[in-house]
Amino acid sequence: MTNAALPLKAPGAPVARPVHRFGLAWLGMVPFLVFAFMFLIAPTLFLVVGSLQTAKGTFTLENFADLFTPQILHTYENSLEISIVTALVGGVFGFLLAYAVISGGLPRILRSALMTFSGVASNFAGVPLAYAFIYTMGRSGLFIVFLKSIGIDLYNSNGFTLYSKIGLEVVYLYFQFPLMVLIIAPAIEGLKKDWREAAENMGASSFEYWRRVAFPILLPTLLGTMILLFGNSFGAQATAYALTGGFIDIVTIAISRQMRGDVLFNPNQGYALAMGMVIIMAISIAGYSLLQRRSERWLK
Amino acid sequence: MRRLPRLGWWLVFIIGFLYFFVPLYGTLDFSLKSKPFLSAYTAVLADSQFVATLGYSFIAGILTIIISILIIVPTAFWVRLKYPQLRPFIEFITLLPFVIPPVILVYGLLNTYSGGTLLPLGDSDTGLNVLLVAAYVVLSFPYMYRAVDTGLRAIDIHSLTEASQSLGAGWGRILFQVILPNLRTSLLSGAFLSLAIVVGEFTIATFMSRPAFAPYLGIVGDSKPYEQAALSLISFGITWLAMIIIALIGRNSRSKIKVTVG
Repeated sequence: MTNAALPLKAPGAPVARPVHRFGLAWLGMVPFLVFAFMFLIAPTLFLVVGSLQTAKGTFTLENFADLFTPQILHTYENSLEISIVTALVGGVFGFLLAYAVISGGLPRILRSALMTFSGVASNFAGVPLAYAFIYTMGRSGLFIVFLKSIGIDLYNSNGFTLYSKIGLEVVYLYFQFPLMVLIIAPAIEGLKKDWREAAENMGASSFEYWRRVAFPILLPTLLGTMILLFGNSFGAQATAYALTGGFIDIVTIAISRQMRGDVLFNPNQGYALAMGMVIIMAISIAGYSLLQRRSERWLK
Repeated sequence: MRRLPRLGWWLVFIIGFLYFFVPLYGTLDFSLKSKPFLSAYTAVLADSQFVATLGYSFIAGILTIIISILIIVPTAFWVRLKYPQLRPFIEFITLLPFVIPPVILVYGLLNTYSGGTLLPLGDSDTGLNVLLVAAYVVLSFPYMYRAVDTGLRAIDIHSLTEASQSLGAGWGRILFQVILPNLRTSLLSGAFLSLAIVVGEFTIATFMSRPAFAPYLGIVGDSKPYEQAALSLISFGITWLAMIIIALIGRNSRSKIKVTVG
């Protein structure tokens, strides 16, 4: 390490305090960048390049054009539907739940209990979650049997099955709500009492306060978080795999089948399938960060 | 909201409570149906595979945490201290794992590193272990970076750095003996969150055919349903424990980390 007193300053950096000496300390960033390149960027680039090639290695857009067959479109449609439904339902109910414990006049202890539980449940996806629902809402699950005993036969008279789109949605909500609760709770806490008082002093009713003050302030956070929930469900694979044994037509499962080599279409087509998913995820995360920047203006 | 009576909020809470707890109760109920009483649990604990896979996942988790801390802390520190203009770029990279879901990450990794490529990690067991931990480190990026960055915001790194320098400390010493101890609470939160994620991770471990806990949980049930219910509850308990520890750590700290995507 050198002791050069030269103020080596990157162009555009804010003026630093002069005591800092610069040697090779910036090398501290190199391991991260190399690691990220090797194990995150390069594998993604491999899929990008592969999706733009034919089996022989020449450039083509055909892999992407081939995504627009009814079968593959249907797969994407299912994934989109499940993600949108669980983002909306999870978002609305998660918001209500967070509001209930923060400003609904419930005992304070419920709030910390809910927050801890949300931390657990939002990370409780995959195999154990799928099984928990099989024991509860499977054909002979606890809840289904209970419903039958009071005269509601979900499976036989209502056509419900856990191993379907609707079943998957019910299961996904288990990690969707809690995620909403975790993210929206600080925003609800950030609503200042002064705003409500100011509104009321000017004669606003509770409804008007919500319509003109609180809701517009919360809206970017609400929408942003719902987009995050969308992505969360769109990229989920383990839960669906464990629940249906790989027999449900959604994108992550289609990619799994491709990896297992169960399907007889070319690998480059598989790469395009994956890229289609990455593009949708990228759009949603971009939307999320855009909205988050907006919401930071008010909720500090 | 005064318009809705408190009763309405209680109703919302009770629906949420039931939705959360009925599946857990269903699992418990099923696991207790094995005869004799509790035999599912004793069978699980006696199964050498259980100990082996859980041990494997814990080791993978701990390695993930160590590597993640070693590469994230200097980066986050340096960005905060000197290169704030690089911040959006670094943040973008740490958020990429949200854009590239595990199923796609493992797809890309296996294709990039197997079949006689330059670095054929995917062709041997050792290589696959390395690749698995590498993938987990990538998954931990968003949580770890956020935790460290929030922690750095809470301490005055400029003054700490200057003070250390005027006492003659080099960069290594500043990072590991001054900054790192000050980040204790945020690092612990990030670490336990990463551990919970790694121990429950199914997709990557399955496709890399690693003897990890979640894939074991997935195959055990075909023949032993009661044991599987017991294992699901145990797995839930592990996540719960990690989160309670995070909550306890966070209670006494200035910096709290936000959990974003699960």
